[in-house]
Amino acid sequence: MTDVIKEDQVLDCSGMLCPLPVVKTSKAMKELQSGQILKMVATDPGAPPDMEAWSRQTGNEMLRSMTEDGKFIFFLRKK
Amino acid sequence: MSKSDPNAPRRLALISSKGTLDWAYPPFILASAAGAMGWEVGIFFTFYGLTLLKSDLTASVSPLGNPAMPMKMPFGPEGFQNINWPMPNILMANVPGFESVATGLMKQTFKNKGVASIDELRDMCVELDVRMIGCQMTMDVFGFKREDFIKECEIGGAATFLEYAADADVQLFI
Repeated sequence: MTDVIKEDQVLDCSGMLCPLPVVKTSKAMKELQSGQILKMVATDPGAPPDMEAWSRQTGNEMLRSMTEDGKFIFFLRKK
Repeated sequence: MSKSDPNAPRRLALISSKGTLDWAYPPFILASAAGAMGWEVGIFFTFYGLTLLKSDLTASVSPLGNPAMPMKMPFGPEGFQNINWPMPNILMANVPGFESVATGLMKQTFKNKGVASIDELRDMCVELDVRMIGCQMTMDVFGFKREDFIKECEIGGAATFLEYAADADVQLFI
């Protein structure tokens, strides 16, 4: 049983390929305040490793990365 | 910003030297991804790569003389779309308009799969403050004018790029 993470904003990148999920996430993050959480949904199989790298490079914390019904879901906390 | 500043963001310096559709993707994909990661990015557009800075972007691609390029159809059932059509050179070289057809098919395939167009990627790079330097020497050689290019780019030479690249963490020639 995992805790439920309450997101402040949702970004759907379904159907998009590299580098769109990363670019769109970065853009969406700019609209958030520090500490707020973005939920990003993607279908690109390259998204999980890319979002981990993006999180490490930008310092925005990856709270959770999971797969649900063939979709990749990420919860990211703004630095 | 220079390397002497420990808080400086990472920097990517690219040289884009080819102007066909297939070679236009790598610099714009890497630049927009790096920009999205908070890196500083600069691209030096030289020789045929310079055409990627034109206001009217016309990058095309040809399977002629490009034997590794898959020829795929962007319509029909999945099995049909996955067929790699063999194209004899003699056909590609002699059918008028073959290149524009191949370019159209490639662009449609990219679109269907969810890949951004070169125009869209370039706009993203502009939005992410990617520094784009057009090569002055190439302009002179091919007779291009400043007004042929997007206003967001600057014009410079080898020294301009090298000074920028000297402080870069990643440098690539494409």
